[in-house]
Amino acid sequence: MPNRRIVIAALWLTLAPTSFAATPIHEFTLANGLKVLVREDHRAPVVVSQIWYKVGSSYEPTGLTGISHLLEHLMFKGTPAVPGGEFSRLIAANGGDENAFTSRDYTAYFQTLEKDRLEISFRLEADRMRHLLLRPEDVAKEAQVVAEERRLRTEDQPDALTQEQFNAAAYMTSPYRHPIIGWMQDIQAITIDDLKRWYQQWYAPNNATLVVVGDVDPAKVRALADQYFGPLAPSTLNPPRPAAEIPQRGERRIVVKTPAEVPFVTLGYKAPTLKTADEEWEPYALDVLDGILDGGGSSRLSRNLVRGSQVAAAAGTGYSLTSRLEELFVLVGNPAPGRSSADLEQALRAEVARLREEPIGADELARVVAQVVAGEVYQQDSMFYQGMRMGSLETIGLGWRKLDDYVQRIQAVTPEQVRTVARKYLTDDRLTVATLEPLPLDGRRPTAPGAAVDHAIR
Amino acid sequence: MPISTLFFSGVLAAVLLLASAVTAAVPAIQNWRTDNNVPVYFIPARELPMVDAQILFNAGSIHDGARPGLAMLTAALLEEGAGDWSADIIADRLDRVGARLGVSSRRDSAVISLRSLVDSRYLQPAVETVARLLKEPSFAPDAVERVRQQMLTGLQERAQSPGAIAQDAFFKALYGGHPYGSPPEGTTASLKGITRADIQGFHQRYYTSANAVIAIVGDLERPAAEQLAKALIGGLAKGEAIPLPPPAPLVSTSQTIRIPHPSSQTHILIGQIGVSRTDPDYYALYLGNHVLGGNGLVSQLSQEIREKRGLAYGAYSTFFPTRQAGPFLINLQTRNDQADTALQVAQTTLREFTANGPSAPVLEEARQNITGGFALDLAGNSKLAGALGLIAFHGLPLDYLQNYIPTMNGITLEQAKAAWQRHVRPDQLITVIVGGGQPAQTAPATSMPPTGPTAPSGSAQPTGS
Repeated sequence: MPNRRIVIAALWLTLAPTSFAATPIHEFTLANGLKVLVREDHRAPVVVSQIWYKVGSSYEPTGLTGISHLLEHLMFKGTPAVPGGEFSRLIAANGGDENAFTSRDYTAYFQTLEKDRLEISFRLEADRMRHLLLRPEDVAKEAQVVAEERRLRTEDQPDALTQEQFNAAAYMTSPYRHPIIGWMQDIQAITIDDLKRWYQQWYAPNNATLVVVGDVDPAKVRALADQYFGPLAPSTLNPPRPAAEIPQRGERRIVVKTPAEVPFVTLGYKAPTLKTADEEWEPYALDVLDGILDGGGSSRLSRNLVRGSQVAAAAGTGYSLTSRLEELFVLVGNPAPGRSSADLEQALRAEVARLREEPIGADELARVVAQVVAGEVYQQDSMFYQGMRMGSLETIGLGWRKLDDYVQRIQAVTPEQVRTVARKYLTDDRLTVATLEPLPLDGRRPTAPGAAVDHAIR
Repeated sequence: MPISTLFFSGVLAAVLLLASAVTAAVPAIQNWRTDNNVPVYFIPARELPMVDAQILFNAGSIHDGARPGLAMLTAALLEEGAGDWSADIIADRLDRVGARLGVSSRRDSAVISLRSLVDSRYLQPAVETVARLLKEPSFAPDAVERVRQQMLTGLQERAQSPGAIAQDAFFKALYGGHPYGSPPEGTTASLKGITRADIQGFHQRYYTSANAVIAIVGDLERPAAEQLAKALIGGLAKGEAIPLPPPAPLVSTSQTIRIPHPSSQTHILIGQIGVSRTDPDYYALYLGNHVLGGNGLVSQLSQEIREKRGLAYGAYSTFFPTRQAGPFLINLQTRNDQADTALQVAQTTLREFTANGPSAPVLEEARQNITGGFALDLAGNSKLAGALGLIAFHGLPLDYLQNYIPTMNGITLEQAKAAWQRHVRPDQLITVIVGGGQPAQTAPATSMPPTGPTAPSGSAQPTGS
């Protein structure tokens, strides 16, 4: 009986997306190659402006890891027209919110402003796209700041430290093995000439996408974009070097030892994305599989591992169908008190095995679809997220329209397809396992890895 | 606007633009009481077919008494069983209509938030579920045990985090035996001792209509919003309004607490007891703090510690917006061997700011950031719901949003400086320093014995870990 109700709910949900009008999106390209996307959202008198560059840690060669992120920091350090610190001061004094982020596949800068102030954003972003100063004293200081960021986010975070080494073990030739923030030794060794070259190579209008979401008139946005970004010269772009991962030939395992209290285990299977898949439905099937394992409190990991066998204090999965290169389908968890990492690993692998063996239930599939359909409505509440989605899809090379049919694609996935991708990709020979082995915090061992790293970077 | 002047006049132009655009954007709040007397705050948002509802209870860790962690454990157990529904059934009922439930527990409040599609075919099952788990949570013994274990794991995670250790030590030194000194996450000893009867008793006493407010933002007409509020909390027992504990006594001397930890960074917290969210000086202090450390890279602490010296990734200051006087706090993290330098820079920056106040142009820019950014804080249902929840919980006036910008614009430099000097006492600071790359000690050690405040008579005495 519960099943029957669920099926009906799913039918209703298929009708939901037609009940609200699609928001108009305007696309145009300037003569210098800058692509501009404008999405109108008139709910509040606010505008989000984001500029996306096709560069990130997956473009970096060994020895220069973290250069995209370090350059992102230095983009706030001034140009001849706008001296160091002025960028942030001007945005703040205009009531704006600003920041930037670097990922494996992109680097993006954004400002959120009251709608009439879009001009200040364009003026400042256009200026620093081509005229960054890059002074030695700023580089030295900012490398220190980034080193502190790395200590805060990675060195002193046992789970993050494990995850970083896990990536380096799972990928051998793919640049996804590099941490986005970079290895500490690279952060310290990158030179100002390296940075200048990196900036010259990637910061150009024909390697960027400008995304504007908010209470704006697209014609006026176009005029402002022409005015400020139009005069910038394009660059001759060299495509990034090939960066495919060599085929994995058998399971890999690593152990990470660091002072900690709570064990942690992470499993990753090599998996295709929309950019790399043989069959286009496969990444959508993996996305559904992701929801079956970890979509909401009714998903299998919550139901079976956290509540059922109680082997996990917490467990989750991660998969991004929009990565530029081959991905990992990741399962992570902390064992519950009294249970070991080995117990948890076994339980996670048993859940994966079950996906290879049995087709998922129609009720489970309906729940995943319901969450996807509702999620598509909820995400429209965030102008920032709308911009993120268009900007990242465009930057990765999928085109900003790629997920317009996301709901329909998810609805088209069958239980048999989910089993097929599980059998094809979630196999032991494609698996890497990393386990955090906590060392005592009270130092029954003489030197802690955290302290050793600290001395090494001096 | 002429291009050549914008860099110089941008700031000035910004001020002129403000009044009209932003005033028009501020939505009016509708307010009424349900039949069982719960205040409802409602803002219609008709553009997207969704609704956000937040139910806030005066049920935070401030009421933990001798059982630190009790409020958080109670809140976490709500979705783990209600009536004859198991946790699996509750999760299934919400997931299959795409609803999202959030439960959080803080020092002052327990907040239950629901996001749903607005069509009654999805909304109604979700609302029924939330209403039932608020009214008749089952607190089944196996669920109690499981969530207790999860919270114990949470404490272990805090023990490996220098930031979390520093925060717990800071609150304890600041508030001593006052309820704000008690860690919301509990202590190992306390969590192990909490019984099912304790949890049931806590729920009965605090999850009542007399202790609740509700904030709703979404695609509803007024009658539908009234129905929604009634359906969510109409079934709650009436209960008694629980008064706040008395405010904590101020710390009268400076104190430095050092806790060794094997981390590569040292976490530094500096602060003292500040003001409550409803203190008349709150706005002036917020404005002043925007200059000192509340406005990202532009603030003085960021400028001195990060931009000029490269000592930290983040350095900021904040006044916690709590019901009773909450902490004023400066927070930064730096490589172990730089800790003393960074501490000195932070102390000097605070001392000079307190003595001299902000300069007029710097104060104006901070003000422009706050007022010019006000529309950003209200853009989208999620942000509106957050603002409305704050208004509802603190009982702020219904014209709070309309008056926010005029109030900020009315604060003079002299008032901002005077308010700061009234409340910030640089000779009475608690400083907590965690890190050093040395082994942790079995019991959190301090280089100086705590000479902190004594508990006000009649307040509960939390146990330490």
